[in-house]
Amino acid sequence: MMADITVDVKGQTCPVPLVETRKALRKASSGDTVKVIGTHPASKKEIPMAVSALGLQLIDIQEEGNVWTIRIGV
Amino acid sequence: MADKTTIILHSGEMDKISSALIVATGALAMGMDASIYFTFWGLERLVKGKLDKGSLSKMHMLGLGKWMIKRRMKAADVVSLETLLRDFKELGGKIIACEMTMEIMGIKRENMREDLIDEYGAVGAYIQEARESSITLFI
Repeated sequence: MMADITVDVKGQTCPVPLVETRKALRKASSGDTVKVIGTHPASKKEIPMAVSALGLQLIDIQEEGNVWTIRIGV
Repeated sequence: MADKTTIILHSGEMDKISSALIVATGALAMGMDASIYFTFWGLERLVKGKLDKGSLSKMHMLGLGKWMIKRRMKAADVVSLETLLRDFKELGGKIIACEMTMEIMGIKRENMREDLIDEYGAVGAYIQEARESSITLFI
């Protein structure tokens, strides 16, 4: 069963968005999608770096106002 | 060279503990292994109830500076040292406590947060970690 996991880190600052993303990725199974929603600008850059370092798939990054959403394929 | 970060945490000041924990937890989040070797003033922070009792490394001003920084950190939603330490452990971080410092300062294991400590060691324990690390820092 593929699942969508949402991590809401709006208002959280470094390193929380990155750390919470990693926690969710560790719990996710192959085929799951992890969706991270946040506002911290630096995290929007470093989460894709972590995704690449972990050898996972960056599906897309969407932005609406100051809120960004990053989708990661596990 | 393994994908690992090893930090010697020699300082006990609040801001330096914060830097060490952020770097180490960041390394784990980016998919590396990480270990922190707590020694001297850093080791004191592993004594029960002492984690956030360090002064500021600059502008401490008898505690006024620390109070101001803590207030600013809270306003900016920066997480506590306790949260960082818990995250470090949850993501698989390793904590090594320096046994020589424990002897010098008369710190007993039962007074320390033993549940967080993976290993009690000396310089050899650090070298074994560092020789297989691509990043190693002294804070």
